[in-house]
Amino acid sequence: MTHKSEIDSSRRQFLNGSAIAAGLAIAPGVMLHQVANAKPADQAVSSDKRWGMLIDTNKCSKGCDACVRGCQTENGWGENETKSNPDQLAQWIRKVEVRDTSTGFSNSLPLMCQHCEHPPCVDVCPTGASFKRADGIVLVDKHICIGCRYCMMACPYKARSFIHEDLHDQLPTAPRGKGTVESCTLCVHRVDKDGDNAIPACAEACNAEGHEAFVFGDLKNPNSRISQELAKHGGTQIRADLGLNVGIRYRGI
Amino acid sequence: MKAKVHFREVLNNGTGYYGLLALLGAIVLVGLGAAFYMEHNGHFVTGMNNQIVWGTPHVFAVFLIVAASGALNVASIGSVFGIPLYKPLAPLSGLLAIALLAGGLAVLVLDLGHPDRLIVAMTYYNFKSIFAWNVMLYTGFMAVVVVYLWMMMERKMNKFTKPAGFFAFIWRLALTTGTGSIFGFIVAREAYDAAIMAPMFVIMSFSFGLAIYILVLMASFKWTDRVLGDKILYRLKNLLGVFIGAVLYFVLAFHLTGLYAAEHQTVERFILLDGGIYTKLFWIGQILIGSLVPLAMIYHPTLGKSRSSIGWACALVILGGMAQMYVIIIGGQAFPLVLFPGLDVSSSFNDGVVASYAPKLPEFLLGIGGFAIAMLMVTIAVKVLRFLPESLADAIVDPHSASDANNVAKKAA
Amino acid sequence: MAVMYKYVRSLILLAGMACLGLPLVAQSETPLPVIPEATSRFSDAQACVEPTEEMRKNHMNYILHQRDETMHKGIRTRQHSLEECINCHVPAEDKEGQPMRIESKEHFCNSCHSYAAVKIDCFQCHADRPVGKTAFHPLTSQAPGKTDFHHSDADTTVSANTLEVLAEEGKLQ
Repeated sequence: MTHKSEIDSSRRQFLNGSAIAAGLAIAPGVMLHQVANAKPADQAVSSDKRWGMLIDTNKCSKGCDACVRGCQTENGWGENETKSNPDQLAQWIRKVEVRDTSTGFSNSLPLMCQHCEHPPCVDVCPTGASFKRADGIVLVDKHICIGCRYCMMACPYKARSFIHEDLHDQLPTAPRGKGTVESCTLCVHRVDKDGDNAIPACAEACNAEGHEAFVFGDLKNPNSRISQELAKHGGTQIRADLGLNVGIRYRGI
Repeated sequence: MKAKVHFREVLNNGTGYYGLLALLGAIVLVGLGAAFYMEHNGHFVTGMNNQIVWGTPHVFAVFLIVAASGALNVASIGSVFGIPLYKPLAPLSGLLAIALLAGGLAVLVLDLGHPDRLIVAMTYYNFKSIFAWNVMLYTGFMAVVVVYLWMMMERKMNKFTKPAGFFAFIWRLALTTGTGSIFGFIVAREAYDAAIMAPMFVIMSFSFGLAIYILVLMASFKWTDRVLGDKILYRLKNLLGVFIGAVLYFVLAFHLTGLYAAEHQTVERFILLDGGIYTKLFWIGQILIGSLVPLAMIYHPTLGKSRSSIGWACALVILGGMAQMYVIIIGGQAFPLVLFPGLDVSSSFNDGVVASYAPKLPEFLLGIGGFAIAMLMVTIAVKVLRFLPESLADAIVDPHSASDANNVAKKAA
Repeated sequence: MAVMYKYVRSLILLAGMACLGLPLVAQSETPLPVIPEATSRFSDAQACVEPTEEMRKNHMNYILHQRDETMHKGIRTRQHSLEECINCHVPAEDKEGQPMRIESKEHFCNSCHSYAAVKIDCFQCHADRPVGKTAFHPLTSQAPGKTDFHHSDADTTVSANTLEVLAEEGKLQ
């Protein structure tokens, strides 16, 4: 080998190596950009997104509780508590019938944790077990929940439930147990897996019935379906006067 | 020369003392058993549910905690405001404050869904939560009062009694403000969300704490054959009357303001008129039995001078105070949340209806256990250390009093 | 009377000292816990997601760390996931064909924890056995061209053999 080719081959190797390194460095970015919809499992959630729902109550009928049953099946509540009396049973989502006594107008809507931007339950929790994730979902960290029920006192929507007895046969995606407080998680296990394509169980069950009253999506993304519908039709907050800036908006109330 | 007040441990060794210890100990054990039963089975054995999340144990616990800070008042009047008549009363006052707080905290902690995670509550703090602040205020109060007692009871530290007492006074005001704010900070409930909650709790503490103090003072002196002079007793009783009146004033201000605003009229109507048990407890329990009747008894020319009448007045204040706590804590939760102002709501989760609550025995036993813990602590402490003055006869307490001879004559009669 | 008291006292002392000799009389072998074998291996080289001795000593730290990561940050990597521990270590049914429960001596976690007398409260909330609906865990999500593991720092040790094993598990459930 001549001196020239030695230099050439080592230079070639260097360029090769750099190209590969650069490729490897860029590739994850390229891959991530391709799959911006779903968050990789090892990536932390960020406040770039804020998950919310828009519920069109005009599509809700009084007797229908598909959303409730969908949530029950997905999260494993409604059947396990055998010893609690009816007032002690957990309820993550419920149908509320509203009636204006002066006009006779009545309406029906599903009510669950509203995932407020300024949640009173998070403010009052002494241990920080009730917390708001960066992406706006309000959760209970049942590992550090001491079961004081102060968050239940503080929630204006009565969204939280306390477990009054030993539970068995929980679902792996929805751990729940005696002595802790729980509420709607906006199907966070689905959200983390499917991102923008996620659909909470209540919405899925509603769609299965053909009512399509729920829209789930990223409130911070102006191009998401929920943002577009909110911009077009508007959406009301329940108890907007409290200034909580909730993530669940309604049409038709 | 001014007569010195001597302190002496309780020397009783008879069946009376040990019988009291055994009785209190038994009640404590029953209370602990109730707590274990609740923790082991889960709260389904209680009357609490997802609408009324805080029940009878919390009524007892908050009452005890509020009374604890009020019990320290007597010592504060001596150390902070410098009234010499109250100084001999100070050690018992400090002891009672610690004991009542311990009893109240025991009930509160044992009712938690996960009492085994108490260490979590003491290590993870969310400083936006008034509850978290209260954990520190309550435990700190214990330490502050222990130091205060030390300054009082060790002669060479007596020069620090005044600053320690001042610090304890400020701390206890912060503590009661924090306790009232537990409710005052809640925007969700119509019956709470009011700035007056914190000062109202402070005033309530004055009244409940003093009532318990007077009862404990009278009982401990009677059972140890010590002389409790009229002078001190009447001063304390009259002070209690002032505090009862102050609480009535705050309650009046609270409800009048509520009645004025259209927004609050529904909840006021609920408490004052058609809330069933809550209305009864408010008018008959809190106002009549807890305030008006004791006031009458205290300021009545003859009744106000009778020991048994004074004792009963204190007991009625305590009962009325418990009723007041029940109305605030449970009545406030029973009133339905307002989701759509002006509209009727109904659901499968008790929306729009007054929540029902029937206390069950384990809750009540746990609450009584808290009282027993406090009294047990006092009973043991007065035997071990010199909390009780040997005598609070008029002559010793205030030798310059002109009515000394008359009182001594009355006592002999 | 005083002599009697001294006599009783020395008798009690003697009895107490005699008890100290019990271990000599007792069986010389310490009973060991019977720990059930897992249903699959992590890889040829390694039985579990971390070396066995490491897991024996520190499994609680991995669990604690993962729980905070998942709970607060939504990080759901599978390597230290409690659900995956259960899927691998705990069969859905016990020897009698009944659903496996944490109270059973055959439960992997309980077999050692009951022996060591260390109470755990994980299963007050968490499912104590694999549940059919979620036991199948596809390695790739629906999004095209995506494989979680290659982009994460945590999952660097997943070998081809493991992928095979995990996929096999999914089919069996």
